[in-house]
Amino acid sequence: MKNRRSLFAIPYVIWLALLVVVPIVIMTVYSFTTADGVATLEHFVGMNAYAGVFLRSFQLALIATLISLLIGYPVSYLMAREGPGFQRVAMALIMLPMWMNFLLRTYSWMSILENNGLLNQLLAAVGVFDLINALTGSDIQYFQMIRTPGAVVLGMVYNYLPFMILPIYSVLVKLDNSLLEAAQDLGASTVDTFRRVILPLSLPGVLSGVTMVFVPSVSTFAISRLLGGGTQMMLGDLIENQFLGGAYNPHLGAAIAMVMMVIVVVCMAVMKHFGEGEEQAVML
Amino acid sequence: MSKELICLSNCVMSYGDDIVLDHINLYIKDKEFLTLLGPSGCGKTTTLRIIGGFLLPTSGDILFDGARINDVPPHKRMVNTVFQRYALFPHLNVFENVAFGLRMGQTQIQEVKGKQVRCKVKLPEEEIRSRVLDMLEIVNLKGFEKRSISALSGGQQQRVAIARALVNRPKVLLLDEPLGALDMRLRKDMQNELKRIQQEMGITFIYVTHDQEEALAMSDTVVVMDGGRIQQIGTPEDIYNEPKNAFVADFIGESNIIDGVMRADGEVEIFNRRFQCLDKGFAPNEPVDVVIRPEDVDIVAEEQGQLKGTVTSVTFKGVHYDTIVDFYGFKWLIQTTDFCPVDSRIGIKIDPDGIHVMKKSRYSGLFGDYSSYSEEYDEIGDADYDFEQDGSREGGDEE
Repeated sequence: MKNRRSLFAIPYVIWLALLVVVPIVIMTVYSFTTADGVATLEHFVGMNAYAGVFLRSFQLALIATLISLLIGYPVSYLMAREGPGFQRVAMALIMLPMWMNFLLRTYSWMSILENNGLLNQLLAAVGVFDLINALTGSDIQYFQMIRTPGAVVLGMVYNYLPFMILPIYSVLVKLDNSLLEAAQDLGASTVDTFRRVILPLSLPGVLSGVTMVFVPSVSTFAISRLLGGGTQMMLGDLIENQFLGGAYNPHLGAAIAMVMMVIVVVCMAVMKHFGEGEEQAVML
Repeated sequence: MSKELICLSNCVMSYGDDIVLDHINLYIKDKEFLTLLGPSGCGKTTTLRIIGGFLLPTSGDILFDGARINDVPPHKRMVNTVFQRYALFPHLNVFENVAFGLRMGQTQIQEVKGKQVRCKVKLPEEEIRSRVLDMLEIVNLKGFEKRSISALSGGQQQRVAIARALVNRPKVLLLDEPLGALDMRLRKDMQNELKRIQQEMGITFIYVTHDQEEALAMSDTVVVMDGGRIQQIGTPEDIYNEPKNAFVADFIGESNIIDGVMRADGEVEIFNRRFQCLDKGFAPNEPVDVVIRPEDVDIVAEEQGQLKGTVTSVTFKGVHYDTIVDFYGFKWLIQTTDFCPVDSRIGIKIDPDGIHVMKKSRYSGLFGDYSSYSEEYDEIGDADYDFEQDGSREGGDEE
């Protein structure tokens, strides 16, 4: 019986080895060698040159994750409270943009945020700039929105928000209503009930939502390139540049990717540790 | 025992055209063990939820100690609930589950400028600790403080749920089918334990169940409900011995319910034969329902019997035999220690105090014939209680 079951696992093991383990091994080997195949630590030693990029990547990803959480939690909460009809419609609206190509969506934001893009044209048509110029005596023709950190964060939130909403929603919707009644029955006000019952019980959803937004955000390169316009270089751009761009150096690229991976894994481990108690209780 | 603590006055609960409670009037005395008994969907859970504050009656008032509490939210009522499936907090251990209510502070009614105001008083940590530990001792869970809820058996979870409610020293404890998920043995133990706790702590219990044996064994007062109406209120003895209508007679225990005609005070006619009985006050020749409990019938030799019939089935039940006897096409259940083989002719005798006469009601003719009786039927009948159905019908807050 046990043998047959492990037999079924073979394709998965092969898949995992081929597409996860082997690439990580190759990456590790690359990061510790030079182009001539000589072992070296030079890529890691010189890493502090990219401290700014690291900092920006984690900063922007953190902000985007936080904003996604602040928007995503209330949305999930409201959805879970409402009737099944509302839930279906809301779910469709959240999933709908994801059926479009990721690059297409990001390009659309580009044309919205351009200096002569849709949004600035709209503001000009409404007379916002005229009003500001008349009041302050300045000569503003547009707001600089594209090629700012804000545009990058917006792109991240827009693209990854569903990944925050879905796990939180699925935890909240399964929350037994009688637990909330029990809390009220025992003297908990609405605020107490949220703080002492709903929030701790939804923490596993929050943790997986945060992971699912933070990890792709920190390693994105398309969003930062399209909406940051090269002024907001992030780790993804840096790594891509080492493999496909002018700075061609796969060994350095591998080293940067290694460092990023280690930092992300450490972050996740710390977060998981904090959420452990609650998560265990819910899983059991 | 005499003070009225809770009073439901003309309570109606309806969802559109669906009337779940139909003008309920109910008085609950202090320190009383009152049971709301009825089949699934009879409105018993709805009544409990109205008292707990989770449902607002469509019309009618609910009074607590003489004050109207319709608008008081659950967290400010001096009432605690033991929920159907316990609703213990999975993220807290046993101690913290029981301490939950105490940490929320105690609701007290205080006089402020001559007005009664409900306010919360925080408790010191040592008091919380000692009260929780005392309570866990009362429910026999000493030493379980650190356990996770998921590591407890059904019976232990049940005790935690009771401790969690009682630790707040409520005036009233509401129990919604608290023993429904336990097996037979555990149920019996917990019945005794609940009764002991109720008497020890001197708290009013309002207990919802569909199990008539449980209701008879534990209650001071039983309220039999069906179709959103109260059918009868009384002591367990009253309810059993003097059922008001065919529904109550059928729901509580086994009964043969036969059409009869009241010929005079103390004389009722069944199957064209007159029987002596103790009931009085009916109009002459008034059609009535006659209840005869299976254990009140004596089997005698055919020629000595007041009625004569043929045995159609016999089932051994341990203490007695369940004997089904056909009298003129109507099948009776008789419980005796005498064995009568199938197809034998027998006679029966009924003492005057074994006959109970009831006025005709909308339940007349629906119950009391044992022609479809079988053991399987009996068991399905007991087990047909369905949590989901009860919850969705009586909860109703999703709509």
